[in-house]
Amino acid sequence: MKHGKRLLPTLLAAAGMLMSGSSFAVTDMVGGPAVRQLNFQPPVTSVAADIYMLHNWMMGICIAIFLAVFGVMFYSILKHRKSLGHKSASFHESTTVEIAWTIVPFLIVVLMALPATKTVVAMKDTSNADITVKATGMQWKWNYDYLKGEGEGITFYSALSTPRDQIHNLADKGDNYLIEVDNPLVVPVNKKIRIVTTANDVIHAWGVPALGVKQDAIPGFVRDAWFKAEKVGTYRGNCYELCGKEHAFMPIVVNVVSDEDYAKWVAEKTKGMNAAAEDPNKTWTVAELAQKGEKVYAANCVACHQATGKGVPGAFPALDGSQVVNGPKDGQVHLLLNGKNAMPAWKTLTDTEIAAVITYTRNNWSNKAQQNIVQPAEVLAARK
Amino acid sequence: MSTTIDHAHGHSDGHDAHDHHPHGWRRWLYATNHKDIGTLYLWFSFTMLLTGGVLALGIRAELFKPGLQLFVPEFFNQLTTMHGLIMVFGAIMPAFVGFANWMIPLQIGAADMAFARMNNFSFWLLPPAAILLVSSFLVPGGATAAGWTLYAPLSTQMGIGMDMGIFAMHIMGASSIMGSINIVTTILNMRAPGMTLMKMPMFAWTWLITAYLLIAVMPVLAGAITMTLTDRHFGTSFFNAAGGGDPVMYQHIFWFFGHPEVYIMILPGFGIVSQIIPAFARKTLFGYASMVYATASIAILSFIVWAHHMFATGMPVTSQLFFMYATMLIAVPTGVKVFNWIATMWRGSMTFETPMLFAIGFIFVFTMGGFTGLILAVTPIDIQMQDTYYVVAHFHYVLVAGSLFSLFAGFYYWAPKWTGFMYNETRGKVHFWASLITFNVTFFPMHFLGLAGMPRRYADYAAQFTDFNQIATIGAFGFGLSQVYFLFAVLLPSIRGGEKAADKPWDGAEGLEWTVPSPAPFHTFETPPVVK
Repeated sequence: MKHGKRLLPTLLAAAGMLMSGSSFAVTDMVGGPAVRQLNFQPPVTSVAADIYMLHNWMMGICIAIFLAVFGVMFYSILKHRKSLGHKSASFHESTTVEIAWTIVPFLIVVLMALPATKTVVAMKDTSNADITVKATGMQWKWNYDYLKGEGEGITFYSALSTPRDQIHNLADKGDNYLIEVDNPLVVPVNKKIRIVTTANDVIHAWGVPALGVKQDAIPGFVRDAWFKAEKVGTYRGNCYELCGKEHAFMPIVVNVVSDEDYAKWVAEKTKGMNAAAEDPNKTWTVAELAQKGEKVYAANCVACHQATGKGVPGAFPALDGSQVVNGPKDGQVHLLLNGKNAMPAWKTLTDTEIAAVITYTRNNWSNKAQQNIVQPAEVLAARK
Repeated sequence: MSTTIDHAHGHSDGHDAHDHHPHGWRRWLYATNHKDIGTLYLWFSFTMLLTGGVLALGIRAELFKPGLQLFVPEFFNQLTTMHGLIMVFGAIMPAFVGFANWMIPLQIGAADMAFARMNNFSFWLLPPAAILLVSSFLVPGGATAAGWTLYAPLSTQMGIGMDMGIFAMHIMGASSIMGSINIVTTILNMRAPGMTLMKMPMFAWTWLITAYLLIAVMPVLAGAITMTLTDRHFGTSFFNAAGGGDPVMYQHIFWFFGHPEVYIMILPGFGIVSQIIPAFARKTLFGYASMVYATASIAILSFIVWAHHMFATGMPVTSQLFFMYATMLIAVPTGVKVFNWIATMWRGSMTFETPMLFAIGFIFVFTMGGFTGLILAVTPIDIQMQDTYYVVAHFHYVLVAGSLFSLFAGFYYWAPKWTGFMYNETRGKVHFWASLITFNVTFFPMHFLGLAGMPRRYADYAAQFTDFNQIATIGAFGFGLSQVYFLFAVLLPSIRGGEKAADKPWDGAEGLEWTVPSPAPFHTFETPPVVK
């Protein structure tokens, strides 16, 4: 064990160095976890507040039982030792005691269950919502559809906006590292929001701690949950059900805004959406499409195929030098629309986005495809 | 092969120094002796414990800092999945079967297990299964990365590693079922004259109940993963909504297996602790009958609580309430057990050798896991905590500080009977304190991470969670080193030699196992002892 003796101090020293080295200035995340947070995030809905109180109530009871039970145990350990000359007693049965410590815990459990029941019923009551939003989980981002109420018809994707460089430790991490998105869900304050969840591929879970909501999103089925945020602000959450390799990288951000701001946001969003509804028959140049395609690639493809286009050997094919990318364009359009093996079908992207990203891959890295441009109209035709 | 076995049996009357059993590798490959098979099980499970431990250290190393340092996320998911599968099916379950093989015949005064050759088969199924499981890391796409629960439809997306995992679990399941049939038959038919069921040692009782649980639920798991297999390859749609199936049905089936499974991994531990506490308190176990009834109640209740693992899938309010109430009810018999242990210690004449330390450590830390279990049973709190590190903390408190500590306690308690040598007491104590402290350093901070909302199975996390993750990682490496210390400083030396163990090394211990010499000879109780 000569090595063992030297190993421990060395390890501790190494650990200490790493600890001090890693303490880059992190501050509390607004609407997310605080540094070294010990308890639930501050609740902003009545349900989240109930959960907070329930947990305190349970903790109180548990700590009381803990102190009582282990007080007795450690008293016994200290006093009833052979080394102190304590002789063992001979009792080993008492029906009265047995019945007592069956009934008392039962009553305590009832005391715990009663307040919880009220909250369970409240959480399940998704009726009379002011606004209904459908959250669709997909590998690895969220889609929001405003189904009912003010803002009806708005639809957009919401994906991680943390730059890949921060994840790969090539750049300093921001305060909202990993819990920030490009397009947050926006809802008005003090309105009952019903979230309908579903999924495209595997099970995801839509959860925001401060709102007291967590609901699995199940492919082929819909489930619902609700919240009524009582404070304007930004609240952050995550996908809580293992959904594949980028599970850690599909966060949720909810912006709770005043009624006026919400109306303004709806107006802007609706206008923007109309403008964004591109004419699929427009003819683009290679440069225009490739520029647009780079953004589509960064948002959708980079996780598997990598920024270098080299993919991950054995898991995700390289696009750089790929036969599909350099071959006839129909094949690549078909692959994007229908998927293959681990490659999902990208039908949910617009014609222009698909055309753009294909054009981008055909002209990027070392690729010089003969058919170096795909127009949105061709994608539209291939969809039929 | 038949001659060898005949040989071993034909001379079963000649024991002591003239054991006519095969030697060398044949002794182990053709083993039909419960003690040899018990030893094989224990070495197998310890190997798997170290394997699973290395994977866990991989996980903790990646999580030392935010950002991706060592592994790509898909490999990280393989680590978490395989760590779970290996620890549950490779380490904890076979370890308890090893204890059962060694101790149940000795405790009930039987000459061997009821089905000696089936016993051989149940063990020798395990190494191929383990090889299949571990080697799936090497195939294209790697090992399964769907989490140890293998939820559909994520499990249908995986590569061939998933199929290897499914087959490995089929084989391990078959092994468990055979082992359980063996244990039930042995206990019900081969007890020494006079040993009525209600005179049976607690370890045998808890294993009898556990074996019934295993026979009931292992086929359910086999069904779930077979459906996954046919969904993957034969065009069925059990778990695919597009074909009329339901992904959530997988979870119902899985957890109908999975919840009894967690009691399968703890009830024999309760049995071990119920043997050790009276031995070192020098006082009869308090409330023997109520201990038996409590164990049976826990087992029965375990069949009606499964959906508490699934509160976030969304279910009718009545189901949520039912599963919440049923789950909280389990606290009552579990509480009874803890109270009985403490009542056994009360006014005893205690000494604190390593088995007792691990048993007390078990009660103390397992009870903390019990409290967090009670908190998680409350549906609204559970929904807030679902799939966060709080759950990770909870089940490691009951599985590591629970099952694993009880296994260590049992090792220190019975190893003198196995090896004929006393382990080194000081080193045993070092192992205990190192394990207890580093365990808590690893898992206690995870409660805070979970409360603050850090999701589990994440390869990367928000920078605000850094400090607690670093503490956990340091603790985990300490815990790993403690087990290496156990192997080299305690286990191996205690096999090679040391102070000779008396037939009954613990003055307060009771039971038939202490009436045979140490080390226990190859054949014991050829003439059944009479229990008064």
